[in-house]
Amino acid sequence: MHAVRLTVNGAERQARVMPRLLLADLLREEFGLTGTHLGCEHGACGACTVLVDGEPVRSCLLFAVQANGCRVDTVEGLAGADGALHPLQEAFRARHALQCGFCTPGMLMTLTAYLREHSSPTESDIREILSGNLCRCTGYQNIVQAGLNAAAALRAAGAPR
Amino acid sequence: MRPAPFEYFAPRAVDEALELLARHGTDAKPLAGGQSLVPMMNMRLARPAVLVDLNRVAALAAVRAEPGSLRLGALLRQSALERDARIAAAAPLLAEAAPLIGHLQTRARGTVGGSLAHADPAAELPACMLALDAVFHLRSARAGRTCRAADFFRGLLATALESDELLVEIEIPALAMERTGQAIAEVARRHGDFALVGACAVLGLDAAGICRHAALVFFGTGDVPHVSRAAAALVGERPTPARFGEAGRAAAAELEPRADLHATAEYRRRVAAGLGTQALGRAATRAGAAA
Repeated sequence: MHAVRLTVNGAERQARVMPRLLLADLLREEFGLTGTHLGCEHGACGACTVLVDGEPVRSCLLFAVQANGCRVDTVEGLAGADGALHPLQEAFRARHALQCGFCTPGMLMTLTAYLREHSSPTESDIREILSGNLCRCTGYQNIVQAGLNAAAALRAAGAPR
Repeated sequence: MRPAPFEYFAPRAVDEALELLARHGTDAKPLAGGQSLVPMMNMRLARPAVLVDLNRVAALAAVRAEPGSLRLGALLRQSALERDARIAAAAPLLAEAAPLIGHLQTRARGTVGGSLAHADPAAELPACMLALDAVFHLRSARAGRTCRAADFFRGLLATALESDELLVEIEIPALAMERTGQAIAEVARRHGDFALVGACAVLGLDAAGICRHAALVFFGTGDVPHVSRAAAALVGERPTPARFGEAGRAAAAELEPRADLHATAEYRRRVAAGLGTQALGRAATRAGAAA
């Protein structure tokens, strides 16, 4: 067993883990953060995307022990402390960019990372960047629209959160 | 799907990693970005007893731009190929290839050396390194050696690496030409999928615009990337679109592509001819060839 200490959504967390425990399982099973979803469990669907030190990664392909000392951000950390939705979440709701919602946390975390570095994406930029996140309900149209609307909202609000 | 149990080490120095690989022999696997190894472990297609995690070995992730060469640490993330201006200047082929490798999330973890050591036949980076005539620096606890890219890829997912060896650095020599141009083109069913076929080209022209160096490499068409023999015919000639069309077709005729669920062999050969022509043409334009 290995001791790990990480900062999850701004809070210090610790655990003792077996090397084979995936980061996704640490978040869900040990920390109760079940917003991170596991779809394919081999890195193809993108549902488990979280940010590790600000970079979007597949948490089914990272062992928890590897995240020792890292900052991890999950979908639970997007909304403000007062419960106010992040502009991306607001845009997903306004554009009806989800149906069953299973892929949504991964979509949100991927777009969060991307929009931080690219404030004025085109529609094709958004489609390209979401190529690693599968959705089997929506047909993607409204997700792409929500991404564009969120980018505009973040630009209007100044610095992205 | 969860991996079978394994013992985990996270060395901080290259020597420490090599020592661990030597001690554990074929039971041990080095873990770089984990974007190929961990899916195989999750599916239990791979069950290494020991993982030597290289991610804390900071010395393996350095980029050094020197006058005669560009040196990339094997642990450099694929995302760095898109962002590092030194790489875009010295080896624009790698910067152009980067967005084609997997997805944003896999490039954030996936490494340059990991992709080369894994040697997937449809991967972009092995073909790029062949086109750039890269030299790989390999080390074990026993010794260090160099291996040209042309001697490194041995077969399907097979390389010149011994089980106790690490690929530590990739050296890309600068082309000693007046004008050079590089380009990559590929066809994939969806963005980020492995390519059905791809081609990369590196051209060098002299001051008079005559071609003095031509490399054309295909990927996704066999067990290892294919270095075209036909491209050599361009050397000594003034590059023209018609010549690139001929070279692309001649190069594609050398291929013996697989047929699978996604494409027939004949389709792959036809696409390869087109992509080879395109890559040569774009490389020539970038080298400043007259149209």
